[in-house]
Amino acid sequence: MINEVLYAIMGIGMFFQMMGTLALHRFPDVYTRVHGATKCTTFGSMFLYIGVMAYSALMYFSGDAVYLSMALHIFIVMILILLTNPTGAHAIARAAYRSGVMPVKAKVDMLKGAKL
Amino acid sequence: MIPYEFFLMSGFLAVLVITSVLRAFLGRTSPDRLVAADTINTLTVAILVLLGAAYENIMYIDVAIVYAMLSFVTTLFVSKHLEGGK
Amino acid sequence: MAVLVVSFIFSMIFYLALTAGSGTAFYYWSSSELITGVFFSLIAAVLAKKLIGSSGIKPGWQFMNPIRWVKFLVFAFGPFLYNLTKANIDVAGRVITGRIDPGIVKVNTGLKNDFGLMLLANSVTLTPGTLSVDADSKRNLYVHCINLENKDRKCDNVCGSFIKWARRITE
Repeated sequence: MINEVLYAIMGIGMFFQMMGTLALHRFPDVYTRVHGATKCTTFGSMFLYIGVMAYSALMYFSGDAVYLSMALHIFIVMILILLTNPTGAHAIARAAYRSGVMPVKAKVDMLKGAKL
Repeated sequence: MIPYEFFLMSGFLAVLVITSVLRAFLGRTSPDRLVAADTINTLTVAILVLLGAAYENIMYIDVAIVYAMLSFVTTLFVSKHLEGGK
Repeated sequence: MAVLVVSFIFSMIFYLALTAGSGTAFYYWSSSELITGVFFSLIAAVLAKKLIGSSGIKPGWQFMNPIRWVKFLVFAFGPFLYNLTKANIDVAGRVITGRIDPGIVKVNTGLKNDFGLMLLANSVTLTPGTLSVDADSKRNLYVHCINLENKDRKCDNVCGSFIKWARRITE
């Protein structure tokens, strides 16, 4: 029973990772690609790590002491990904706009001519 | 649960990495390639964590932590360079 | 002084989390790991003080207030998690169907310090259909929306309740 729950959690994670990678090919310009790639891969990684953490906790309670610190380290990786990924996405979007890549099909563009 | 599924999932993630590399080759502008590289980094950290759980080795996850930090710094510096490098 | 103490405490916590379970001397950590941790945390704190002092930002003691931490945790597990889930299902649907309506809008935040702006920009990037692109010197945020059709074109409702939460946490 508990194995199926773990499989379901990790399956959701893999699904979102796949969506994040497909977004790179489905969307027309940089900004929308950053949307898809960053959000979906962050969320998918979170689900994947939660699944692996639950697996480690399970193995710890069945008597292997290594798995406790493994769960702690995976938690640190999760916090790091959650903090650094949106910052990197913001940096990429800003660099794209300042290097002159304009959004395709944009209805409104209030940044054009704005005083920074 | 045996670690066999972990290997299966890391193989699937490797396929996704190859799909992202395709975008890094095709991408028309440089920020496109940078987005692809960022996605590859996130997927690589996930692969490292899965392999660490499969091999019961903490070293993989320590490497994943350092890799996440270094890839963040790389993304920031390359985007700073694209911006015009002040 | 505040920078030194705060960065020392946070890097020490990080080091202790990384080396947990290494021995039995101090309940959970071995004594050599503790001494090494104090040494390297001091180096990191001095470097952080130098770096932040040269950039002109003057942070005070506000990060050590436990009420802010509680507020931050409530924010992270309440509205933020809900919006994150909603955003990802929305974006995954858009990847499949390919229906987009993008545009860049300006958001008047009215925040008073840069830390609040950072919190707001990071949480805006991870939530429904929005991506922070740039910020100007008056702390206005320029946000790229993936779907504008349901929203007001002036877009004060892009960020939802996040501006209120950022102000509540950091000011």
